[in-house]
Amino acid sequence: MSIVFSLILLPVVVAVALLLIRGDQARGVLVVAGSILIGALSIYLTVRFFISGSANFNLNENYEALAEFVGYAMMAIEIVLAVVIFALGIKYKKYLASLLAVLQTPLMVWFEFSAGKDIEVEHALYYDQLSIIMALIIGIIGTLICVYALGYMKDFQHHHPDEPDRRPWFFFLLFLFLAAMYGIVFSNNLVWLYFFWEITTLCSFFLIGFTKTKEAVNNSFRALIMNLFGGLGFVLAIILLGRDSGTLELSGLVQIAAVYTSQVAAPLVLLVFAGITKAAQMPFNSWLLGAMVAPTPTSALLHSSTMVKAGVFLILKLSPAFLPTSSAPVSAAGTLAMMVGAITFLMASCAAISQSNAKRVLAYSTVANLGLIVTCAGTGMPGGIWAATMLIIFHAVTKSLLFLCVGTAEHNIGSRDIEDMDGLFGRMPRLALFMVIGIAAMFLAPFGMLVSKWAALESLIYSSNPLILLMVVFGSSVTVFYWGKWLGKMLAIVAKRDNIQQSVHKEEWASLGSLVALVIAACITFPAFSQKLVVPFIVSVYGGMVPLESIQFFLLGTENLYIMMIMVAVIILLPLLFLGKGRKKLAPIYLAGAGLDDNLKFMGSMQKETEFSLRNWYMEGYFAEKRMNLIGIIATVLVIVYVFASVLAVALRGGV
Amino acid sequence: MSYVTKSPWVIHYDGSSCNGCDIEVLACLTPMYDVERFGIINTGNPKHADIFLVTGSVNEQNIPVIKQIYEQMPRPKVVVAIGICATSGGIFKECYNIMGGVDTVIPVDVYVPGCAARPEAIIDGVVKGLGVLAEKRAKLPAEIAEEKRQASEDAFGAGAAAETSAPETSGPETSGPETSGKEED
Amino acid sequence: MTVMEFESILKIAVPVAAYILFAPLLGGLLAGIDRKITARMQGRFGPPVLQPFYDVLKLLEKEAITVNSSQDFFVGCSLLFMIVTGCLFFAGLSLLLFIFALTTASMFLVAAAYSSNSPYAQIGAERELLQMMAYEPMVLIAAISLYIVKDMTFNIGDMVSSGVPAVILLPGVFLGFLYILTIKFRKSPFDLSMSHHAHQELVKGLTTEFSGKTLAMLEVAHWYENVFLLGFVFLFFANGTLAMAVVGVVVCLLAYFLEVFIDNVNARMKWQFALNSAWIVALTFGAANMLIVYYRLFGGGV
Repeated sequence: MSIVFSLILLPVVVAVALLLIRGDQARGVLVVAGSILIGALSIYLTVRFFISGSANFNLNENYEALAEFVGYAMMAIEIVLAVVIFALGIKYKKYLASLLAVLQTPLMVWFEFSAGKDIEVEHALYYDQLSIIMALIIGIIGTLICVYALGYMKDFQHHHPDEPDRRPWFFFLLFLFLAAMYGIVFSNNLVWLYFFWEITTLCSFFLIGFTKTKEAVNNSFRALIMNLFGGLGFVLAIILLGRDSGTLELSGLVQIAAVYTSQVAAPLVLLVFAGITKAAQMPFNSWLLGAMVAPTPTSALLHSSTMVKAGVFLILKLSPAFLPTSSAPVSAAGTLAMMVGAITFLMASCAAISQSNAKRVLAYSTVANLGLIVTCAGTGMPGGIWAATMLIIFHAVTKSLLFLCVGTAEHNIGSRDIEDMDGLFGRMPRLALFMVIGIAAMFLAPFGMLVSKWAALESLIYSSNPLILLMVVFGSSVTVFYWGKWLGKMLAIVAKRDNIQQSVHKEEWASLGSLVALVIAACITFPAFSQKLVVPFIVSVYGGMVPLESIQFFLLGTENLYIMMIMVAVIILLPLLFLGKGRKKLAPIYLAGAGLDDNLKFMGSMQKETEFSLRNWYMEGYFAEKRMNLIGIIATVLVIVYVFASVLAVALRGGV
Repeated sequence: MSYVTKSPWVIHYDGSSCNGCDIEVLACLTPMYDVERFGIINTGNPKHADIFLVTGSVNEQNIPVIKQIYEQMPRPKVVVAIGICATSGGIFKECYNIMGGVDTVIPVDVYVPGCAARPEAIIDGVVKGLGVLAEKRAKLPAEIAEEKRQASEDAFGAGAAAETSAPETSGPETSGPETSGKEED
Repeated sequence: MTVMEFESILKIAVPVAAYILFAPLLGGLLAGIDRKITARMQGRFGPPVLQPFYDVLKLLEKEAITVNSSQDFFVGCSLLFMIVTGCLFFAGLSLLLFIFALTTASMFLVAAAYSSNSPYAQIGAERELLQMMAYEPMVLIAAISLYIVKDMTFNIGDMVSSGVPAVILLPGVFLGFLYILTIKFRKSPFDLSMSHHAHQELVKGLTTEFSGKTLAMLEVAHWYENVFLLGFVFLFFANGTLAMAVVGVVVCLLAYFLEVFIDNVNARMKWQFALNSAWIVALTFGAANMLIVYYRLFGGGV
């Protein structure tokens, strides 16, 4: 248990130290050392896990006082934070935020002092295979992002010389974020989980608003308000669960759901709703798009490894509760997750086509992929969980790489527009290669994301909702288009470009290089991941509910996994085949015979040298961002309203 | 045996012609003459083409265009000048802006006179061109080897990157004073 | 035990080896027949049936020139993956894996065209991506529908060896697949990204900057591709019996003839038409048929 505690506390300690330290050098040392330590601890936990298996920690036996103290401390912090939000909401005239803060925190406090007091929480903390996976993601990718941020923020400060140096605050938030994430993945006590949940909300609020421009402040409040809505849902779920079922444990909730499905229908729906807000699903996707104003490490941290993963993590944890039973063939919460996820996947993928801003493409792709994860988790089936978990792993690794690459490109070419990235291979060959690896890993065949998508499709066939299947089918076709055109842009070899990649900081290279290694390693070793972590997790979760053979049946056959591995190896080895080839004669490109020597210009009419430029295809007529969002929001709001209403109706009928 | 003669793909370029010969060239593709019988395809792309059909005489504006299209064709390649204008300048020969026939710019292998050249004559010219193509194909490996040797010698001698050696030894008449003047622009 | 293992390996190895060796011959022959039929439809005599082979052999003889070395690499990868994709198919592995591998093979081709940074090639590449977006839903719907009617398996080997011929339950999906086959074969009206005809609006689109051996590799890749695409058509008929196998092969040939016919009676359309119509077909013929077999199996109750 001490490891779990130290994993949560260590980042806090580092964060506080970073808040106090002003010197660049000391900060560098501290960030790197802290990151290494956190990463090492996560790996140590993994090793421990493999030796002795998963664990639940009963604090009541030896640490009752500690547990109580933690509970009160959390409540105190929550109250302080609520006051802060309230004050900030008043100051920036965002009264909705103030209202929500005033609504949910007193509600929570009231509950904890009344009904919640008598409910015994047996296992406040735990770790299992899924926690281990998440811990590895946070401990490795999260810390790599922190290291990357060192170099990036140096540039950032350099680009904004008239701003006061608020980097201590920035790094404080980053590490606090990590701590909160560890809290989320290790907490079985829903009240604790809620506390860490709120911490991530606030951290992201401050990080998005970091630059303090008008846009940043607006977007940060949007994120805050949307997440507070989710938080409110969380509070209500805890209250309902405590009142009706007398438990405050995540594991308890799932166990009850297997037997008394209707009793926990409302809390489940509310928790899924909270997960949806945090995972930036439609109609709440706009906060994540708005988060793009923040410095890139924030985007990477929010999008890939942490904040949004918290949302899908929660839904994934609840997933077994969505398993259709004979008494409840359709789970309301499961339907909510599946429908919202699938609609988001489709519409966000479409919207990504119309974007030329690389970060926005990444943001939409993230929203879409989270949608797919939520959809898979919503099925409540072993295959769905397998796919969702794999998607989480690959998405975390790949997307953080892509975000950081875009950040580096932006600082060096002065633009985050995909149109400005053509010929990046000439200007920043190594960075371009990294980006190409990242993009390919997002959607091409032998790589991990696609394996997961494949499993997702297969498991969704059993979701008893073919509409979802169709949405995923169309969504994944659209995905190919927007990644493909970006990939092409990167691969274009434009003549006469100077190599400018010397100016990239070595911290950035270190992080990027490690992430690329991780992407490749993940693609090669995923069958091992599947065998050692994901499948055991599924077996442990479904142990009693579903026969073992049927779990195996839902997973992709091992032979298929090995074929994929062979394909990955082929792709990696392919370039070697072409290494020894002698160079061919180079001919200029065809420009109807009017090209000039440099492959960039042609002789236009009146003997005028004209430069040609190539632009990508955004298909505004089909996939305009506004329209896609509108459709998505209307559809998802309808689904949410429908599910809420149906659950409410059942609850009312039950009450009478 | 060389397959070059069995699958000659052509590219067709119209210099300053009256379009008479162009129409006849395209007539060859119609069911009436159907040159695809011989595997001939009009590609419209120098990088795919084996035979360069030029109609009309050459004026100052299209010198670089003709040269570039010719240079972008991979060897072995053959140039067929179609119609009297492409052969010698024809009735336009004395115009102020006309250089003359195609051979003032690039080496021509087959001349098909006529005004306009008849499709039968054009097909005959292309078939003649195939013979030249086969000959060039036979010489190609030696030529390329020689170039490689030359290039590596140059690289050792001058230390300069010499991957892009000149495509084919072109006749002295290809670099007239006007041409070189234009290239310096 | 060992005999059985040996047999099962043989069962995979023989079709794969046959595919690697004979698919280009078959594909090239089909291409030659295509050109002959096309010529006859246009009132011409047409080239020899072996003309595609002459073309490729000629291309191999040509001087090697390129715009940049990476495009050759990508085309090589595309060919390799096309072969791998076909091997996955003929080894009887997962249909979804096959579809995804096909996407990768096509992406390599798109990458090759993009890498030249040539205007014509790039527009061709973008249109190729569009075509992929247009046909992919229908292909996936076909795969899922086959999964449902073939006793819940994506395994091609199991699909072809048992059950009722899928086409009986999936006539709509079959028609929808024939529709997008026109896109895949790059026939008019959907020969947007490149074409074998003298359409010169994009010069040669995707392939503009390829020449010599590179272009030859591309041609051979198409031959491989066409063979396994017809194999996909065959899936709708096969059920392990010889009679249906014969029917399947005949239908494959008829489908090919149909595509040639469509090619000859249509002009090239705008890309909007390709996208709209392919998706509408996927949503009507494909999705409707899929829903019917889905509810037939799982019962109603959304």
